Amino acid sequence: MWIYEKKLQYPVNIKTPNAKLAKVIISQLGGPDGELAASLRYLNQRYSMPYAEVKGLLTDIGTEELAHVEMVSAILYQLTKDLSTEEIKASGFDTYFVDHTAGIYPIAASGVPFTAAYFQSKGDIITDLHENLAAEQKARTTYDNILRLADDPDVRDPIRFLREREIVHFQRFGEALRITQDKLDSKNFYACNPSFDKNCGIK
Amino acid sequence: MNEKQLLLNKIKKYSFALKELNLYLDTHPNCRRALALFQQYKELRDKGENEFNEKFGPLTPEQSTCTQRWNWIDDPWPWERR
Repeated sequence: MWIYEKKLQYPVNIKTPNAKLAKVIISQLGGPDGELAASLRYLNQRYSMPYAEVKGLLTDIGTEELAHVEMVSAILYQLTKDLSTEEIKASGFDTYFVDHTAGIYPIAASGVPFTAAYFQSKGDIITDLHENLAAEQKARTTYDNILRLADDPDVRDPIRFLREREIVHFQRFGEALRITQDKLDSKNFYACNPSFDKNCGIK
Repeated sequence: MNEKQLLLNKIKKYSFALKELNLYLDTHPNCRRALALFQQYKELRDKGENEFNEKFGPLTPEQSTCTQRWNWIDDPWPWERR
């Protein structure tokens, strides 16, 4: 179960609305390497994890990603609040506005709605941990691209925080992979799936 | 920044330290130094949250101590501009 805390993980205080920027940052909510996909990826994968360290890590990073969903949503909410119709038309936000007004809806910057096809849960610890390492780097690249497009320091500050978290998560997933390989290597030379193959392929 | 924002930012810093130690301990469960730091920051965070709850209201529904009115729903919510 989960408990909601009435605070953001890191402050978001954007004074100037900027719908054009919201149109690209929304990819980190509902895009292919966004926070929603990240949270669902880890929280779904954890059930087939054979080792306690990795069950804990996926639960805790999956939970932190929910806090990042909230932070990205807060950025989008503040960037699109109190816009005039003229600003909506001029910024190109009208293509989003026509379907959602200023409501928060998970889509990629290209307009493709969120889909579970953005993540995998393969039921194999080695496969899933490699997916997660790649996912953290892809999210880091996306934040780098957002930083290349955003000038407002009020926006850059929380985006830089989120970018740093991708790096920390990558580090922790690397340690989880090392722990896993240390355990597998003792007898399971061919890295058979320990959560499915009962003897890990060994007679 | 007013007193409420200062205190909330302090709580956020302690919570962040706890989250970092939490993830580190997941992959280093026998690290005594991290375990000690976790307890140290938890104490600071709990102290900060108690003070916040007394002065400005609860951060989780279960922290609410009010018997007159359900103050959990009071504005502002975290995503709202200050």
